[in-house]
Parts: sequence; structure tokens; C-alpha cells
Amino acid sequence: MPPSARTSGRPHVLSVLVENRAGVLARVASLFSRRGFNIFSLAVAPTDDERFSRITIVVDVESSPLEQVINQLNKLINVVAISELDPADATERELLLATVTADARVRGQVVQLVSMFAGKIVDVGVDQLTVMVAGAPAKVDDFERLVRPFGIVELQRTGRVALPRLGQPIDEPGRDG
Amino acid sequence: MKLTGAQALIKSLEQKGVEVIFGLPGGAILPVYDPILDSSIRHVLVRHEQGAGHMAEGYAHVTGRPGVAMVTSGPGATNIVTPLADAYMDSVPLVVITGQVATAAIGTDAFQECDTTGVTMGVTKHNWLITDAQDIPRTVAEAFHVATTGRPGPVLIDVPKDVSNDLVDWYWPDSVELPGYQPLTGADPALVREAAELIARSARPVVYAGGGILKARASDALGELVQRTGIPVVTTLMARGAFPDDHPLCLGMPGMHGNYTAVTAMQKSDLLIALGSRFDDRITGKLAAFAPGAKVIHVDIDPAELGKVRKPDVGIAADCRLAIEALIDALAAIGVGGGAPAAGTPGHSRPDLAPWTAQIRAWQEQFPLSYDRAAPGPPLKPQYVVEALRDNTPDDTVLVAGVGQHQMWASQYWRFRHPYTWVNSGGLGTMGFAVPAAIGAKVGRPGATVWAIDGDGCFQMTAQELVTASAERIPVKIAILNNAYLGMVRQWQEMFYDERYSEVYLSPDLPDYVGWAEAMGCVGLRVTEPEEVVPAIEKANDVDDRPVVIDFRTDAAEKVYPMVPAGASNDEIVVDPLHGQGGR
Ligand SMILES: Cc1ncc(C[n+]2csc(CCOP(=O)(O)OP(=O)(O)O)c2C)c(N)n1
Ligand SMILES: [Mg+2]
Repeated sequence: MPPSARTSGRPHVLSVLVENRAGVLARVASLFSRRGFNIFSLAVAPTDDERFSRITIVVDVESSPLEQVINQLNKLINVVAISELDPADATERELLLATVTADARVRGQVVQLVSMFAGKIVDVGVDQLTVMVAGAPAKVDDFERLVRPFGIVELQRTGRVALPRLGQPIDEPGRDG
Repeated sequence: MKLTGAQALIKSLEQKGVEVIFGLPGGAILPVYDPILDSSIRHVLVRHEQGAGHMAEGYAHVTGRPGVAMVTSGPGATNIVTPLADAYMDSVPLVVITGQVATAAIGTDAFQECDTTGVTMGVTKHNWLITDAQDIPRTVAEAFHVATTGRPGPVLIDVPKDVSNDLVDWYWPDSVELPGYQPLTGADPALVREAAELIARSARPVVYAGGGILKARASDALGELVQRTGIPVVTTLMARGAFPDDHPLCLGMPGMHGNYTAVTAMQKSDLLIALGSRFDDRITGKLAAFAPGAKVIHVDIDPAELGKVRKPDVGIAADCRLAIEALIDALAAIGVGGGAPAAGTPGHSRPDLAPWTAQIRAWQEQFPLSYDRAAPGPPLKPQYVVEALRDNTPDDTVLVAGVGQHQMWASQYWRFRHPYTWVNSGGLGTMGFAVPAAIGAKVGRPGATVWAIDGDGCFQMTAQELVTASAERIPVKIAILNNAYLGMVRQWQEMFYDERYSEVYLSPDLPDYVGWAEAMGCVGLRVTEPEEVVPAIEKANDVDDRPVVIDFRTDAAEKVYPMVPAGASNDEIVVDPLHGQGGR
């Protein structure tokens, strides 16, 4: 997966509160494929209220179909609420795990880079390190770019999760019929 | 009170006032068929599960109540996917119950296992797989609520066999709780006022009435709006009957095979008032060239329809009937259509609609629907047969159609006077719809005469349900316009593929429709001569104890006109050869 929603249009972050039931993710995914919408990244986890989960979807659309995406999503019976988070008004975080080639000669440089990004070394091998960096998606992009020259064995990002910034009004689109 | 899941399921259907289930049993649904024997609910045993689904649709179309179908797992479930897709496209409320393999066997590729909720996810408004028998009453209540409120549609409940056998402490929920489902009702008054202002300023308005009018039971409200404002109305294929064809302001059907006036009035309009319609590609033709000078008011209960195809100037997400009633009041408040303007609001000087209606009259006179009436046959002109049926059947006859040329002629030439007298497959265009849908309609309205106009191709897809109709004494009447072709496809091959006819010939005699009808317990008649047409219809009208099938031998060369070629602008409408090329 590429490091950020850079294809066409502006990336939109939808924070979708859904009922915590079997098959809900399949309904959301199938809706996106049927309507020809593109999911750029998707993260899903239960909320503090066990009846609900939150799906954070980064959609890649021109701004007009976004209304279609929201309206169609709203028609899913298990979707309880949708907010569009403008990246400017949201706190977004993403986590990256990477196994990096790091023999004795460069290990120090990698460790230094990780610590500059307030990351962690989570596993150590003979000439490899697995590192973790969490932060704003752009920061994580930067880290990925800087660590790449050392040689990446495997890399995995979670996709972003987001919540509205405090004190900012958020968009609550109307309910469906 | 302890009940089995199966008993609880049937009792829940009784609670919802279900009077008939269309279905066919099998292994996984067996437990649920047992309590049917003790229930007041009628069960109609179909010969193919597709028939059950279309019967439930026909029933729902004419009654406004949800149609209920019940089938087994695996092939039973997959056989009903087409009706689900059909009902989803045309917003028909259905509750379909499918058997499923026992919960422990789910995922093991057990005998007759199919991922029914997965398969039907895209063609239902919602579906449920019940894993705990105690959830049955609540789920049935939710299913009926979802199917019938907001934008209606089909839902499905998948019931594993062990769940049907488990015991339930019976209860009936007082209310349903679906935190993610709050269907809309009333219209935003500010938007309604904006819409009223647009109407008050328009000189060439057209009401573009869709199937949503019927779903919202808004025909009377629409009639009132038109009577007060004098705005002409087009009724889409799904809305035929929503506004009476004999009203001087009814322009009839727009779209690919719409009449010249309905199509052109929309093209030249300065304001389209879309009520429960969805700018289907068969209506708009080439979208970029559709009604280029028109502002759009769009009322739909489904917010996702607003701006899906054409961006409205005023989009109102609301129930059509409530929105129209609010619009009538908002118009009255600014002095349009009855009453003086409310104190403090400036009275409007509304443009005079007379030049517009005069233009419309002129189009109607210049380009009426037409065919060669001087040569009714043989072979019979299909339009002649439709007119004869129209003129020799009771006023409130329910007309059902298949899909193809015959469907278009039925919609064009019938004169609909009442809502809920037209049943057809619009969005999905499902061949084989007519026979079972007619049966379902007759079950829903046993007092009405139900005629189906079907194609020879369509008839062969679901004719076996006439066995069901005979066995259950459901006396529907089927007029086959037998042109020995997949006529609509033939028409396209003639017009757009240099008359290269590929795989469209069917034969007029194979099958022998009269012999087949008789073998299925129906009266079978064959008509080849124009003067036999009316007597045959009268004979069929007199039969009330069994179905009737009439094999009308029609002219294969006849084409449906007018026609807007696929992908062309509606300005390029081709009227019939008798009238030459339609002008701009
Ligand atoms: C299930 C299905 N298969 C194929 C089609 C494509 N199709 C549309 S109309 C038509 C021909 C219908 O033939 P017939 O029932 O004889 O009606 P006619 O057009 O001759 O009046 C076909 C094949 C369809 N609409 N539905
Ligand atoms: Mg035919």
C-alpha cells in the first residue's frame, strides 16, 4: 500500500460508527466495491461502548461523490453515524512496523532515526531490526522515506485512525430513508 | 410460553398480519413448514422459487403490504435471488425467509449450504442470519419495519435448521430498536419554500412523477398539486397509474420508448419537479444533453438519490406525500394555486403557463402514438391487441407485463385511471416476471380482474406457475403477444446491427401454447384474425374458475416507437415511420 492517499482527488477521512455485529465490515466493503468507490485505507476496532465499533476509512474521491459515499453508507442499517473528518480538524494517528536491514555498521544510524521519531526497537536480529513508529500519517510517511535506504525487509502500516479535534464542530450528515 | 423457533417464526408472521406466504419447502426449512399446517396463514405452493419471489412482488405492488416468500437453503435461496434483485431495483417491500444448514455445519460446505446472507447482501435492503432462536420474534419485527418504512425494499431472514428446532420463550417486541435506522418523514420547510419559489417563477414546468409516488401513497396529493398549479405530469414506467392518463395534463410515459410529447416536454422544460423518481438512464438518455435548460426540484425519501445522477437545485429528502402536501401549502402561501398570499408575503405574478400547455397540445397533435391501424392483421398488430384488451376489460383491471416490446406497448397504449393497477419489472427488466407477478396480484386483490400481457419469450421462463394458479384456483388471464421472437432484441438487431438476427427466433408453434395451457389446467385460446380478438377477450373475461391463456399471433416486424437510441440525446427521438423523423 502506498504511503498516503496521493492518487486522485483529496483524501477524505470518514469515521463510521457501526453496530458491533457479525458481517458489518463485509457490508461496508461490499458497498464500496458495488458503487465503485475506492477505499484507500481502513481500520476497524471496538469502541469503549461494546455495542459499537468504529471504522476509520480513508476514501479517495473527488469531493462531489463523497456525498454519495456518505449517503450510501448511511443506508446500511448497521451504520449508526458517520462523520467526515477534515484532516485539518482531526487528530490522526497511524502505526508502522518495519523490519529493516541493519548490520553492525549502520545499526546505530537506524536506532538514531527511530529515536528521532520517538519510535521503538521492538525486535532485534543478527543483522535486522524490527522497529515501530506511531504518529501523524505525514510523520510516518517521512520516517518510511528516511528508513527505506537502509533496506526494508518487510513493512506494515495500520491505516489511519482519527478523532475530531476538540472544540471543532463536526459534520453529522442526515439520516437515510 | 415455550415455542419452537419454527412456531415462533410463524407466530411472528401472524403478529405482522401476514395473510399469505408464497413458497416451496426443503430440508433446511422443514421445521418451519410444520407449524404452517396449524396457522391461519395461507401458503401458496409454487413450482419454482423464482415464482414465489415474483408472486410476493405482485402481491406487494397491488396491496402496498409486504409480500412474504419462504424457501429452503442452497438452491432454494439462490433461485429467489432474481426476485430480490428485482424488488431491490423497484423498491418493493418483501420479506423472504430462507432455511439454512444447522449452525454447527455453517462454513463446512454442508449439503445445500450457501452463504445466503453474503449472496443477497447487494440485493436486499438488509438481511439477517439468526443464530439464537430467542432472536426470532425481534428479528421478524425488525425485518418488517425495515422492508416497509423509508424507501421500501426486500429483506431476507436466514434461519438455520437447529435454530428452528430450539425452544423460545415467546414474546413480542413492542417496538424495534435499530440505532442506525431512522427513516425520514417530513420535508424541511425552508427547502419546500425554495421549491415553491422556483415553481412560482417557472414558465415551462413539468412534474416528473416516479414510482415513489405510489410507494408513498401520494397519488391524491399529486392530483391536488396539479389541479392547483396546472403543471403537466409525465408518469414513468414505474409510476403509470399514479396520475390518471385521461387527465388533460397527463403526458404519459417519458424515456427511451416514451411518447414524443412526454420526452420533449422534459427536454424543453425550465423546471423539472422530480417526485419519487431517480433519473434512470432509460429516462434521461444521454445525460449531458438531458433537459439542458431545466432547473431541478428533486424529492425523494432516499437522500442518496439526490444528486446521484443530476444535481438538483433544490433537493428534498422526504416522504413524497408529506413533501407534496407541504409544497401545496407553501405555494398557497405565496399565492399560487388557491387562497390569497399570506399576509406580509408579496403576491407572485406567476408566468402564464398557457403558451407552454399550448405547445404541449401541439406536440400531442403532431406526434401521437401511432401504428398502422388500417392493417390490424393477420398477423395481428400487437398494439391493436393491447387496445382491444384495454377497451374490453373492467375499468379497474390490474395489468401486469413481462419485459420486452409487449411491455412497452402495454405501458404506452393502456389508459391507466387508478393507482396500483400496473405491475411490471422496471429497474431490473426481468423476463418471466409477468405470470407469477399476476398470480401474486390476484391473491392480493381477488376481487379485481388481473390480466398479464406477456411475450412468448418471457412466458416460457416462468409459465409453470400457471400450474400453481390452477391448483390454487387463482384465475389470472394471460395474453401472450406471440411474435415468435425475442422481439425487443430483434428490434435492436434490425435497427443497429444491419438486420443480422442472431439467436432471437423462437417459433410461433413450438411450444404449442394452447396445448401447454390446457396441460397446466388453464383454458387455452389461439387468435390469428383481428375479428377474433374481442370475442376471445370476452370469453376469457367470463372464465372465473381457472386461468386463461390466449396465444395472440402478432406481427414480428412491428417495432416499438418512439425510440431514443441507446446513448443518444432525447432530442434525437425517432417517432414511427408514419410520422417521419421527430423534429426538434
Ligand atoms: C431474464 C432476462 N434475460 C434476458 C433479457 C434480455 N431481453 C430483454 S427483452 C428480451 C426479449 C423478450 O422476448 P419476448 O418475451 O418474446 O417479448 P417481445 O420483446 O417479443 O415482446 C430479452 C431477451 C431480459 N430482460 N431478462
Ligand atoms: Mg416475443
